[in-house]
Amino acid sequence: MQFLTKTLKRLFEYFGRSDTRTSFTDRTSGHANATAWSLTCEQSIQVGTGHSTGIVRSHNEDALFVLTGNAFGDDPLDGFGLFLVADGMGGHRAGEVASAVSVRTVARRLTEDTIVNLLAQEPQNNDLSIQDILRLALQAANQAVVDQVPGGGTTLTAALVLDGQMVIGHVGDSRAYVIEKNSMNAITRDHSLVERLRELGQLTDEEAAVHPQRNVLYRAIGQGANLEIDTFTHPVPKGGFLLICSDGLWGEVPEDVIYRIISGSNHPQEACEALVRAANAAGGPDNITAVLVRFPRD
Amino acid sequence: MRKSTKALEGQTEHLERIQPGTTLQDRYLILGLLGAGGMSNVYKGRDLHFPNVQKLVAIKEMTSMVSDQTMHEMIVTNFEREADLLATLSHPAIPRIYDYFIHNNSLYLVMEFIDGSDLEALLAETDHFLPEQQVVEWAIELCDVLSYLHNHQPEPVVFRDMKPSNIMIDQHSHIRLIDFGIARVFQPGQKGTMIGTEGYSPPEQYRGEASPPGDIYALGATLHHLLTRRDPRIEPPFSFAERPIREINSAVSPELEAVINASLAYDPKNRYPSAEQMKQALMGVVQETGILVKPRTAAIVSQGDLVEPIWTFECEDEIRGTPIIHNGTLYIGCYDNNLYALNAETGEFLWKYATEGGITGKPAFESDMIFVGSEDQRLHAVTAEHGKLVWMYYAEGSIRSSPVVSDGHVFFGADDNRIHVVNMITGRRAWRENTSGPIWSSPAVFEERVFFGCESGDFYCYDFRGEQKWRKKIKRAVTSSPVIANGMVYFGSKDWTLYALEIENGWQVWRFRMGGPTISSPAFAEGKLFIGCGDNNIYAIHAKHAREAWRFTTEHQVTGSPIAHEDSIYCGSVDGSLYCIDFRSGRLRWRFRTEGAITGTPAIENSKVFIGSTDHKVYALLLV
Repeated sequence: MQFLTKTLKRLFEYFGRSDTRTSFTDRTSGHANATAWSLTCEQSIQVGTGHSTGIVRSHNEDALFVLTGNAFGDDPLDGFGLFLVADGMGGHRAGEVASAVSVRTVARRLTEDTIVNLLAQEPQNNDLSIQDILRLALQAANQAVVDQVPGGGTTLTAALVLDGQMVIGHVGDSRAYVIEKNSMNAITRDHSLVERLRELGQLTDEEAAVHPQRNVLYRAIGQGANLEIDTFTHPVPKGGFLLICSDGLWGEVPEDVIYRIISGSNHPQEACEALVRAANAAGGPDNITAVLVRFPRD
Repeated sequence: MRKSTKALEGQTEHLERIQPGTTLQDRYLILGLLGAGGMSNVYKGRDLHFPNVQKLVAIKEMTSMVSDQTMHEMIVTNFEREADLLATLSHPAIPRIYDYFIHNNSLYLVMEFIDGSDLEALLAETDHFLPEQQVVEWAIELCDVLSYLHNHQPEPVVFRDMKPSNIMIDQHSHIRLIDFGIARVFQPGQKGTMIGTEGYSPPEQYRGEASPPGDIYALGATLHHLLTRRDPRIEPPFSFAERPIREINSAVSPELEAVINASLAYDPKNRYPSAEQMKQALMGVVQETGILVKPRTAAIVSQGDLVEPIWTFECEDEIRGTPIIHNGTLYIGCYDNNLYALNAETGEFLWKYATEGGITGKPAFESDMIFVGSEDQRLHAVTAEHGKLVWMYYAEGSIRSSPVVSDGHVFFGADDNRIHVVNMITGRRAWRENTSGPIWSSPAVFEERVFFGCESGDFYCYDFRGEQKWRKKIKRAVTSSPVIANGMVYFGSKDWTLYALEIENGWQVWRFRMGGPTISSPAFAEGKLFIGCGDNNIYAIHAKHAREAWRFTTEHQVTGSPIAHEDSIYCGSVDGSLYCIDFRSGRLRWRFRTEGAITGTPAIENSKVFIGSTDHKVYALLLV
């Protein structure tokens, strides 16, 4: 409980619900939490989110989740955060249910197993490593989708930030990028067939970009047995950004444009709104979801 | 008919299963569950039409609970197709079908019971490489059955799901192909299409093409998995070429590797045109290598003769510690109580400094002084040039932890359960702190923090003022010395585990389980960690995602620590040898045998590698 009293800021957003309205305007989220920014100080993680159905589709099958916290005082925690993006698939609303169920499952497991347990005054000696916890959480999401959403599936990219490290769990073709001064690099690897063929030199970048099967995944939450989850660790980019987004953003807006928008914005929220506008301006054929995290310099 | 595999567990737990003791059709007594898959359960049963003998059968039950009518019909069609297909097949490697019936809206297939285990289970039960001879025998039988299927009339049968879990070894050691019920749905073009058994399926199957060359590819993938123990389902698709068989398992003959590579060609046209031709190639391997008649040779090729010592120096007792080299001088402690200084070029004796206890650690150098801890409970600071005493610091227990110099202070642990910090110039104590056990681990100092392990099984982080920042409870002793890289601290423990903790608060980011306890300290280079282990192995682990890159097996425990230099890893073993291993592949470059166990760590300077051995000698080897 002491942790709670020390927490100056807690931002809790959940956008797993689908948006069934046909929308031709940007539906970005995050304004509701504007009060959180008033507490912004240079030492804190700042977060922006963008979430849009796009121009063409009637349903939003994407889901996102953001939880951040900071504590200052005698026993400071440099900051932690949990950031999830899921891009669902499957007919008859299975996609939106799959992404929502997955995000909820992973968020619940991770908050219980990491934030609640590890931040206790006397943390229980947990035998599981954080990579294990992340892997198990994504596996639980896989099982939940298999059990509850037959025919549904979803991508899922999760980043758990603890002090100086980001632990990433990833399945599918949503992406996590690290953006630092003059560079933007995808740190996840797409589990899509076309990307694999491109890596093997069987397809050129140009062919891959227009390949009719570019949406076919070889790994997805909900596929059942033998789901292998990528888990890895990446140091927090001090003074830089973490961007997690669905293919509705990275598939439509070139990386150099994404980089320019992010580096030219005053706040991650402003950047996310601009990113969604850019994806819709490019045709908005798919749902667009972005979570952008700015890390303090020290 | 098949054992449950780990990958399939849990998928159908919500479905009701038939309880043992139930009789179906007044004929089949259910004895128990053999396995459960996504769409079916397989039971072991007894055919009561043979009351005098125990005739066992495998009963496959279609269990799909899919509410979608189209899906349901498709699954039923597939199930019936499997029954019809099996009924027309007759081959010793294909289980016979006895009966097919519907009961309570469920479909049942009664088949021959195969007493044995599948290859996936076999891989899981073993931890060594399967003998090449065994794998080739299976491969030839698999080619035979594929050849039978592909030449089936009127239409060739494509198995489409060749993988270790679909291959059983019966009690006569012959292979049996199981699970002809492939119900893979291809809906190309739409996002979310789930495809084939990832890892074994050929590239063209992802386009919805199923043809005999696809089975050849999947057979190649299966053989690759059996020989390398690298599960293709957890690797990117079609990445076999990135994991050459002989780089992982050097015992495999180049001839067999070539056959498997050909079967794994990306383009179907470049594979064997038929299973029969692949069988011929395998028979060729048998003839060329003689593997079916002659005993296999040892996995490690001795190449010790390639490396000759340029000098050796003999002390009066065992050397268990590690040398350092500075300004052309090698300093090493010995169990004969002395710290020796030798000319690193020639091995010429320069001086020795006597302590009153054995020296097991590694000396430290700073500002023309050498610091060394001894079992006489003292830390000795002597001049680097002549070995003259500058100061002595008294701990209250033996010092086995190697001193580390940083920011004008010497950091080390002792058997008095304390971490000591001593001013480098004056030898005066800055602070000392009590921990929960003797400290043999050598501290790592990074950004004004001190990290070290403890024999009590704790791992500590202190700040420069001696305030404990965090402590991580490990089950067993941490003798291993930590290494810090990219904001993480890595160390091994006697609990068989390599740990990766985040340095700020000690979050356990990952851990890697080895085959035995370790006191070896990890080395970090190019994103990989290298560590020795009591299970005789030297491991290379990817620091980012904790996956094993390779392991190299020596002939005894590896208690010393590896070091990385250019494209090689150097590490000693209790088997007496110093090994030089290719950094990327884990393949042996050379080995050098001493006459005693090596428990220390080598040092490298000016293209020479130096190592101490419990045969009392220090060796200097020239790197080629």
